[in-house]
Amino acid sequence: MSLREQTGARLNLEGISVNFGGVAALSNIHLEVFDGQVTGLIGPNGAGKTTMFNVISGLQKPDRGSVALGDKNVTRFGPARRARLGLARTFQRLELFGSLSSRENVEVALETKHGGGDLTAEGLLHRVGVTSDPDRQVSTLPTGEARLVELARALAINPKLICLDEPCSGLDDSETRLLGELLRELASEGRGVLIVEHDMDLVLRICDRIYVLDFGEIIAVGTPEEIRNDPVVQSAYLGTVAPEESAER
Amino acid sequence: METFLTYTVLGIVAGAIYAITATGLVVTYTTTGVFNFAHGAVAMFCAFSYWQLNQQWGWPVWLCLLIVLFGEVPLLALYVEEVYMKRLFGASVVRSLMVTLGLLLILVGGAQALWNGTVQRSLPGYFSNDTVTIFQVVINYHQIITVVIAVLVAVGLRVYFRRFRSGIAMRAVVDDPELLSLSGSSPRNTSRLGWFIGFFLAALAGILIAPQLSVSGLDVNLLTLLVVNGYAAAILGRLRNLPWTFAGGMILGLSENYAAGYLPGHISANLANQIGLLFPVVFLFVALLLLPSARLRAIGRMVVAVPPKIPNLVQSVRSAAVFIVIMWIVAMVISSSIIGSVTQGLALGVVGLSLVLLIGYAGYVSLCQLTFMGIGAYVMSQVAHGGATWWGLILAVVVCGAVGALVALPTLRLQGLYLALATLAFAQAAYYGFFTNISYIPEGGAMAVGRLSIPGISTSGDKAYLVFVAVIFALCAIGILAIRRSRWGRKLVALNDSPAAFATLGMNAAISKMIVFAVAAAIAGVGGVLYAGQPLAISANDVQMFASLEIVLFVTIFGIRTISGALLGGLAAALLPLASSHLPWWGVGITGIAAGVGISLMAAHPDGVVPIPWINEHLRIPGLAIPLRKKESIDVVA
Repeated sequence: MSLREQTGARLNLEGISVNFGGVAALSNIHLEVFDGQVTGLIGPNGAGKTTMFNVISGLQKPDRGSVALGDKNVTRFGPARRARLGLARTFQRLELFGSLSSRENVEVALETKHGGGDLTAEGLLHRVGVTSDPDRQVSTLPTGEARLVELARALAINPKLICLDEPCSGLDDSETRLLGELLRELASEGRGVLIVEHDMDLVLRICDRIYVLDFGEIIAVGTPEEIRNDPVVQSAYLGTVAPEESAER
Repeated sequence: METFLTYTVLGIVAGAIYAITATGLVVTYTTTGVFNFAHGAVAMFCAFSYWQLNQQWGWPVWLCLLIVLFGEVPLLALYVEEVYMKRLFGASVVRSLMVTLGLLLILVGGAQALWNGTVQRSLPGYFSNDTVTIFQVVINYHQIITVVIAVLVAVGLRVYFRRFRSGIAMRAVVDDPELLSLSGSSPRNTSRLGWFIGFFLAALAGILIAPQLSVSGLDVNLLTLLVVNGYAAAILGRLRNLPWTFAGGMILGLSENYAAGYLPGHISANLANQIGLLFPVVFLFVALLLLPSARLRAIGRMVVAVPPKIPNLVQSVRSAAVFIVIMWIVAMVISSSIIGSVTQGLALGVVGLSLVLLIGYAGYVSLCQLTFMGIGAYVMSQVAHGGATWWGLILAVVVCGAVGALVALPTLRLQGLYLALATLAFAQAAYYGFFTNISYIPEGGAMAVGRLSIPGISTSGDKAYLVFVAVIFALCAIGILAIRRSRWGRKLVALNDSPAAFATLGMNAAISKMIVFAVAAAIAGVGGVLYAGQPLAISANDVQMFASLEIVLFVTIFGIRTISGALLGGLAAALLPLASSHLPWWGVGITGIAAGVGISLMAAHPDGVVPIPWINEHLRIPGLAIPLRKKESIDVVA
């Protein structure tokens, strides 16, 4: 029986460990992301969230453990092969094609063999909420807008699983709310969504399941309600958010 | 057994020098993040300075060593840190690479201007007449001193980097300069120290290796390239590991001497000499291939410079037509003494266009484009038996494209600096193994190549040929711009901007890399056919490594992402040697110096001199410049 048949997960990390020199960046991580769900990954700075994204997307080889996308073990696959299996990601520090315009950034992805069929660059940019001129060079865009272009580019390969690394940084409140709605919409289309984000309001509102990472280890997993009330998580990360206060929101 | 021991001793001595020079290279790289292509040139320049003080002016050895190692070397290090490094903080590999290539050409050109190349010079070794005999092998004191210094350098640096605060800071500075400054150490001072130690070891290697050139005498190019051989040892140490670098130097020195010593007796001295020259280059190439695949990293650095506007097809054709008319007028009015150089400048411009595609769009540095130029001319020479036919041009394009793809094939895993080194090794291998090999090209070195022409229009006259070459340049330029506007062109730019994002969208960089190398090599081959057609011949001198570096730098100076950069770069590379030929002996290095100084001035302007805003605002040429929106850069020709 394949991993997907066993767990039904779109993404399955089994016992992932990564060491940098003598420092353990990730220790024995187990994580699942399901189709149709938004999964959150939270934790303080330096907890290992971006390293985990790099392991998932193939930019970082794990020292131990395995990565499965659907029913395929992709641990030895490079990033391009994983993308062709339906994995897309964005980056915490923007990785846009800076010499190109917003439209061209999305078109480059649309023009790949696995690019999104009848989708258009304009349509995708509009969907994620980019309001600037699509022919403007992306390196001249404000950070928030540039993040949305990166999201549109990721969607252009029509991914089954999309991993977003701090997509709300640089966005104002209303933009963040709209992005949250978009992520729920993506999940309702049957995609798996994995999001790293520091905006706890957003994470607690839109996620079906949340993993909390601290010092390279998963310290808690559960629904937003479970995470909000978890004393370990509160002391490690949510310390400032009182349970009652959060529940009112 | 005695023979074996003799070659072992010679190998250890050569290995010791390679180890010293490679160690210097590694120290600079680990502390500054910059691979110093000028390392060999620093060694050469310091060896010549030492010769000047010691042999010419008769100053005592200790004083000469003191002045060179503790006077000249710190000044050079300070110059590099103050003039270049300030502007290169956070710069791409391509930019820092160009700047050190520029420094190399300044030092080579400077040495040629200071020390007349027609004068024979030699430097005696230390106590070379005193010898000892170990296992029946006679060893002179200079050889012993060399090995002892190498061991002291290796041990001393290991202790320094592990035990001393400044040594530990040097190891940390590349990883995180900001964090280092928070800990109370100055990244700038640490970087200065890195340059000083690197240059110190380069100078030491230069002074120790110079006495071995007693037959040929001190030679600027030879001495620079001898030290370049040490690159292979540094690569074996993966530019980080000092013990492996030292071992790499020894392996290189020993294997080079065993190979030379145990060559079959029947091969000619010329061939043996060529194998000796080829050996370190092949070693470097193999060492590069043994490197593990470069890991893709998300660099989080977005291109901020506004790229030059890409004209559409109509604009390209219109500008190309204007350009051809101008060249036709130039051909009519220009003096016959200069027309040949202008034509060759346009041909080099075609080679420059291949660099626009390769470096400007795709971000791959090739230091062997003139090698492809030579191969193109060679194919034409063979196919057309010293004449020129269109069939020959097609074959030249195909062969150059195939060789380009073959060069790219083993280097598909390499990026940035390592790729540049691999192309440098290929250029040197082709030079020693092919262009100067009398089995392929008769002694005297020149290959006869005719001039292409269009039926009914003769190009035998220099004026007609200039216009013909201008037409081919314009067609190639239209083609390059068409590539840039195409889907593939966009992909190349995307790959250049962010290889990590490129891969995470599911695109294959390897195929794009191989195709762009092949296309660029084919274009350079066309340039070669045109270049050789002007004097009706091409020689090994036209395709040597330093000339390849000059064309890369000139195109970068004038704008590596623009057609005008290719044109002006090509013209500069052809016209400056013409100017220097009218100067006394000291003018011989003027081309290299101009390229080096130009690139250092441009260190803060990655898009070259033409697209900088001031030029845009003040030097609009009516009819040539494309109408631009504010702050955009111009593309003069097409």
